[in-house]
Amino acid sequence: MTSRAETLPRRARSANPGAAIGQGVATAYLTLIVLLPLAALVWKSTAGGADAFREAVTDPQAVAALKLTIAASVAVALVNAVLGTIVAWVLVRDRFRGQSVVNAVIDLPFALPTIVAGLTLLTLYGPQGPVGIDVAFTRTAIVLALLFVTLPFVIRTVQPVLLELDRELEEAAASLGATTFQIFRRIVFPNLLPAILSGVALAFARAVGEFGAVVLISGNLPYTTEVASVYIFGRIESGAPGAAAAVSVVLLVISFAALLAIGGVRRRVTRHDAVA
Amino acid sequence: MRRYALRIVALVYLAALLGAPLTMVFWRAFEHGLGPAWAAVTSDPAKHAFLITIVITLIAVPANTLFGVVTAIAIVRHRFPGKDLVNALVDLPLALSPIVVGLAFLLLYGRGGWLEELPFQVVFALPGMVLATIFVSLPFVVREVVPVLREIGTEQEQAAATLGAGWWPRFRRVTLPAICWAVAYGVVLTTARSLGEFGAVSVVSGRIVGKTETMTLHVEERFQSFDYVGAYAASVVLAVLAIATLVAMSVFKPKEGVIHGDRS
Amino acid sequence: MAIAAEHVTKRFGTFLALDDVSVEVPTGSLTALLGPSGSGKSTLLRVIAGLERPDAGRVLIDRNEVTNRPPQQRGVGFVFQHYAAFKHMTVRKNVAFGLEIRKQPKQQIRGRVDELLELVQLTGFADRYPAQLSGGQRQRMALARALAVEPNVLLLDEPFGALDARVRKELRTWLRRLHDEVHVTTIFVTHDQEEAMELADRIVVMSDGRVEQVAAPRELYEHPANEFVMTFVGEANRVGETFVRPHDVEFGSGDPALVERVVHLGFEVRVELRLENGEELWAQVTRDDAERLELVEGAHVRVRPRTAKVFG
Repeated sequence: MTSRAETLPRRARSANPGAAIGQGVATAYLTLIVLLPLAALVWKSTAGGADAFREAVTDPQAVAALKLTIAASVAVALVNAVLGTIVAWVLVRDRFRGQSVVNAVIDLPFALPTIVAGLTLLTLYGPQGPVGIDVAFTRTAIVLALLFVTLPFVIRTVQPVLLELDRELEEAAASLGATTFQIFRRIVFPNLLPAILSGVALAFARAVGEFGAVVLISGNLPYTTEVASVYIFGRIESGAPGAAAAVSVVLLVISFAALLAIGGVRRRVTRHDAVA
Repeated sequence: MRRYALRIVALVYLAALLGAPLTMVFWRAFEHGLGPAWAAVTSDPAKHAFLITIVITLIAVPANTLFGVVTAIAIVRHRFPGKDLVNALVDLPLALSPIVVGLAFLLLYGRGGWLEELPFQVVFALPGMVLATIFVSLPFVVREVVPVLREIGTEQEQAAATLGAGWWPRFRRVTLPAICWAVAYGVVLTTARSLGEFGAVSVVSGRIVGKTETMTLHVEERFQSFDYVGAYAASVVLAVLAIATLVAMSVFKPKEGVIHGDRS
Repeated sequence: MAIAAEHVTKRFGTFLALDDVSVEVPTGSLTALLGPSGSGKSTLLRVIAGLERPDAGRVLIDRNEVTNRPPQQRGVGFVFQHYAAFKHMTVRKNVAFGLEIRKQPKQQIRGRVDELLELVQLTGFADRYPAQLSGGQRQRMALARALAVEPNVLLLDEPFGALDARVRKELRTWLRRLHDEVHVTTIFVTHDQEEAMELADRIVVMSDGRVEQVAAPRELYEHPANEFVMTFVGEANRVGETFVRPHDVEFGSGDPALVERVVHLGFEVRVELRLENGEELWAQVTRDDAERLELVEGAHVRVRPRTAKVFG
């Protein structure tokens, strides 16, 4: 594909007052809606001074909540990496009746409110659930709820890559003597890995901040099944928004650090794409 | 053989995680018959919550759509100071916990905040809820339109310019038709997100029954009050909307390969 | 006989790609499968490679029936039009792939890869990635990769189709020389009759899933079996029921004709003529002849075929 001009040549730009309006509107909107509130958050987190900040983030209950959140999110990200790839594979390479319906249903976690998701999982896998499984108020429940909300991410990042994957690469490998498993391991998987990593990053970011799906089914028992978002919510309700803000900032930093790390791995894995 | 194994693993996983819970919502709502469910959903708090949800969505979605189109064009077609920041800020809402979002608004517009003294009430009232919903549903239209704008390039717009079209006719007759499907898909996603917002509005609204409750908050409130039929009935309404969203998503979803041109 | 396809039939849905095709390829030869799009030539190649399963018929390689064997077990090297380079591996790793699959010792692999890179003139590119190579270089790498496992048969599917004209010509010559050095039975698919004529010992002309003729290039050109072969391989004029090659049109005596257009293409000149009965044909003459015969637009001349073909 030839590279197309993306930005307009300079003459066209200067004759376009719409452009300036557009840029102004975009910047103002974002400042008002996104930047200002976040600035307030960061500011207020340190409003009480460095000591108050440290106290808030080293509170044992906060630390427990953060640890639980990260552990659960990592677990969920890994499960998604495997199962998400399998589901994507089945949707792209397999043929069966109702496949397009299944493909559409994958997006349910995007469409269904998280509180409803939590409620339904509680109904099914909680007390008086029809299947006899009761995981309510356990850490398993947290993982379950997080698996629900993160389901589409890896699937949707892997699907297009699988679709675009040149079958001829696999045919070439076959003609060179590779077995099906060797073909997957050496040819298909390395090409899927960047997409899987993108999906994992998205899933992790989502899981770390999840509230609605978790809040009903986990029971929110401090130190045991209380995730970071619930803890922060508790601090707000207790009239300690500064402490809540401090822990929020820590949560944000952790999220971004994780995203940067995954992004770095992804870049390293795709270094072969750079043309000399 | 291996193919069937994979298929079964995938389908069982999806059934257990998605299919079964969805079915349960309908079951539990209508367990005691249509009557109680209907009564619950037409109760005053429920109706009010529904109204609030609709109002918020009717403000958030058009706002984010307009912003989305304008910003996408700015990002793809123009260079301007702060463009990278704009790009990063657009993606930010997807990475933040809704509780943190709500907290941020609380800190900005609430007691002790920089914008505390405004002529109208923001937190614990509708405006705050609208702002929070706009925040969380902000990225979708932008993210859908940007790749399409990149893909089609500027040639058509340049051709229109050589034929004498100014910037507004170019936008209306060339750019807009090219991106309309992407916009439609983005609108579907934005609407779904607005309808489903829970955490951020929970913090910002104060959850005052009959006044600052959305449908999602109403579901939780009914559950905490042990009115399970009420909670499930309201959930059914949201689930039906979710299914409608899924249908709309299938219809408007950008088809892989169509944008990229022929791959014969 | 290195390769034999016997009564092979293949359908894709309702489309009949191969219709009872039988072909024999002698050991050590360089054979072309030539035909237009949809003629079945690529399908036949892929059936021989094991990348497609025929609905009927057999495939034999070195007298062994391989019809039901997967490509891994046929000992064929396959080269694709779009290279199928493993883009996440270096050139060295690409070429070594088949050897690593066979678990050969590292030292041995390294030596063989170096040998092959020298053969295809890519020494020094060993640690580059395919994205950093030109199209022609990628195709040479693909060839080295296929040759690494010492296949009994080398199959090339429109190997130069994705390259620009000059690189294509260079690689043609290069492939012929390679074949002379390596002597592997080679089949290549092409729709370019000039390419087939230049490279192949034998050409299998195909159309609509059937074999039209199998012969050496010269034989094919001078004694085409039917109308299709005559018009596909080389140029041909159709005058009534006879076919005349443009360079077989003689001036001086014969039927009256009007020179409609004279196009100078460097050394050769193309003369477009219209006969009295309205039929059109064109003649190919040298520059000198065009001058000598005073062939200009509007001139009235007489033409007759030096030789002509009629097909029953």
